[in-house]
Amino acid sequence: MSSWDLWWWVILPYLALTVFVVGHVWRWRYDQFGWTSRSTQLQEGRLLKWGGPLFHYGTFAAIAGHVLGILVPESFTRRLGIPEQTYRWFSSIGGTVAALAVILGVGLLALRRTAVPRVRATTSGVDWIALTLLAIVIVLGIIPTMGVNLLGSGYDYRQSVALWFRGLFAGDPDVAAIAHAPLIYQVHATAAWAILAVWPFTRLVHAWNIPLWYLWRPYIVYRGRVATHPTEPGTSGRRWRRIGARY
Amino acid sequence: MSRGRAAVGPRGEAAIGRVMAQVAMVMNLDKCIGCHTCSVTCKQTWTNRPGSEYMWFNNVETKPGTGYPRRYEDQERWKGGWTLNRRGKLKLKAGGRLRKLATLFYNPELPSLDDFYEPWTYDYQSLTTAPLSDSFPSARPKSQLTGRDMRPVHGPNWDDDLAGADSYAAADPNLEGMSERVRLEFEKAFMFYLPRICEHCLNPSCVASCPSGAMYKRVEDGIVLVDQDRCRGWRFCVSGCPYKKVYFNHRTGKAEKCTFCYPRIEAGQPTICSETCVGRLRHLGVMLYDADAVLRAASVTDEKDLYEAQLSVFLDPHDPRVRAAAERDGIAHDWIQAARRSPAYAMIKKHRVALPLHPEYRTMPMVWYIPPLSPVTEALHVTGHHHDDPDRIFAAIDSLRIPVEYLANLFTAGDTTVVEGVLRKLTVMRTHMRRAQLGDPADPELLDSVGASAEDIEDLYRLLAIAKYDDRYVIPRVHAEGSGALMAQHCSLDHPGGLTDSGPHQPDQLSAAPPPPSGLSTPGGGSHFRDGDGKVRFNLLGWNGTGTAPGLFGDGSGR
Repeated sequence: MSSWDLWWWVILPYLALTVFVVGHVWRWRYDQFGWTSRSTQLQEGRLLKWGGPLFHYGTFAAIAGHVLGILVPESFTRRLGIPEQTYRWFSSIGGTVAALAVILGVGLLALRRTAVPRVRATTSGVDWIALTLLAIVIVLGIIPTMGVNLLGSGYDYRQSVALWFRGLFAGDPDVAAIAHAPLIYQVHATAAWAILAVWPFTRLVHAWNIPLWYLWRPYIVYRGRVATHPTEPGTSGRRWRRIGARY
Repeated sequence: MSRGRAAVGPRGEAAIGRVMAQVAMVMNLDKCIGCHTCSVTCKQTWTNRPGSEYMWFNNVETKPGTGYPRRYEDQERWKGGWTLNRRGKLKLKAGGRLRKLATLFYNPELPSLDDFYEPWTYDYQSLTTAPLSDSFPSARPKSQLTGRDMRPVHGPNWDDDLAGADSYAAADPNLEGMSERVRLEFEKAFMFYLPRICEHCLNPSCVASCPSGAMYKRVEDGIVLVDQDRCRGWRFCVSGCPYKKVYFNHRTGKAEKCTFCYPRIEAGQPTICSETCVGRLRHLGVMLYDADAVLRAASVTDEKDLYEAQLSVFLDPHDPRVRAAAERDGIAHDWIQAARRSPAYAMIKKHRVALPLHPEYRTMPMVWYIPPLSPVTEALHVTGHHHDDPDRIFAAIDSLRIPVEYLANLFTAGDTTVVEGVLRKLTVMRTHMRRAQLGDPADPELLDSVGASAEDIEDLYRLLAIAKYDDRYVIPRVHAEGSGALMAQHCSLDHPGGLTDSGPHQPDQLSAAPPPPSGLSTPGGGSHFRDGDGKVRFNLLGWNGTGTAPGLFGDGSGR
């Protein structure tokens, strides 16, 4: 294992994960105010009407696919009696549907983000970083899904990428497995770590706020007045303004 | 809300559910001159920040007109407020909880910014920096969304004073269902102003629509607020509110709404819109209500019964049983006393001259309106009637162009008898007071026609005509006795016993404040003051130069 491999496949992932966790704790504690999806539906609705749901529902499907393909070991599906061929067809067709939804959605969203002045004006620098990384990850994820597994000869990432990825969480990453994977998987994975590293500092944090509690809570919320601590001296109570907002 | 109490009390009367207090507002539309002072002072106070340019927590609409945002009253389009489902149960008009979560990524009922207006400013700088030229320099309109040049096409009160009435006023949703005759003649006849703020409803559909649970109704005073830290920008409050009084800040990505000036209310002061109202048409007072009865009242089958249903929720603070129940539920004594003096209670429940705005939305709004009488009498003057005789006026209503139906569409879900009753009472009040002014005896027949005693009518007159500041705004202060502890905790570091207190060898700065030296004009005050760090300092500006100046350079300890 070269030091090059060590950096890309061990140090970078752990670094990204650390930033991801610590960053979220920090942001949650210090920037509740900036914690929002920063919707631009008010400014532009016609493109969002299709782009927003397509992208989000497509992403949910893609995440489910990653859980199935990367986190669930091949031995598990085999024990369930699912033959390799069935799995491959299911994953490549399902993955293609999700990929089409995501790419169509992200295309529409990218169009309004760049071409609609009202939306463009709300985009901060860190938004551009996050959205660019997101676009890279999506494109590099779709190429293997459709190009390799659906139309091409196929590549069994469950024998390589998945082993390495699960190993990271077991504290024993299989570097050789990923180091010999095709380049496209390697870049896709690296861009994904980059996204995780910037995640807590961008609007992507809204992903953790799917308000499922709404399904059970009473309709009318009553709250008493609570005395709060005065703001820290010297901050004018504006500590949240540093993040995400360029205004 | 039910706590499972018995429905019937010990003496056979219906038991009082959980008593809650709300600071409510009543506006007397007869007095509104449409000057927009309330809107401007509100804007200066709350929404003069980037991202909130288009927010008008308070706005004044010309009626008939489309309002702000345009045609916000068209709930078939915007699906705000509540409705009854097939089993007669109350549900959000925009659909259930699952539908909300499913449309999280695109809310089909959200008005676009163009339904409000694109905020703009002018390039004023060009007026002074333009090069010398034969033509006048002009300040071009610039969008506050993008900073680009733009052409303003409409604004928050583009239809002020019936401007463009043939397109704007004709599009007023309240005119729907009225006959064409009324519509056209009425447009010639009159207009009136409708100042609007958030209704701070008893059954707020914005709160119910918020998936994050960031919106809440305050227990102490019923003010509906958005927790800016918890709001995640899902936007359902904006579409859920039928009055469209929750706005989405397009820069912070958070919802904002009228706060009922809660910092002022907490301090016993009226809201800024009330404080600065030129016509003095706003009244603020405490209403006690039975929180357990709200849901049932909001669920009555016939929309026209909603006004009476909401009245039935309000509790009479003069009733000893109500006062006992209020104390049982932890309402402070001074709040109960304030409820007894409440101008809102007097106008809403005692005299029944105030009406809720669009009760058919089933949100139980808490900003009520006294419908305007002046246009009615004005219209009659034109046709040769005299408004001394209320019966002649009301006999003429149907045959003339007075749109009681329009007022009814606004205030009573279309029930004209209630509006007629209120207008009649206001007319009787004027007639009664005119007779008193002229030295004529009171006319018992006149008073009987509205079922009021002379005292009642004179009380109403005092409220509407001559109420002073303290009569119009009866606002008890918030009970914040406990919050001082936090402040002390925060600032205690530099105090004796705090972290920086290194022990008993250091003199106690608080208890050992230097005695005021002789020669100072105001002992203990004037040139001495307690600084932010708790230490007593010397103010050179208040020094008359004759005595010593201790504390001018601090105590010098540790040097």
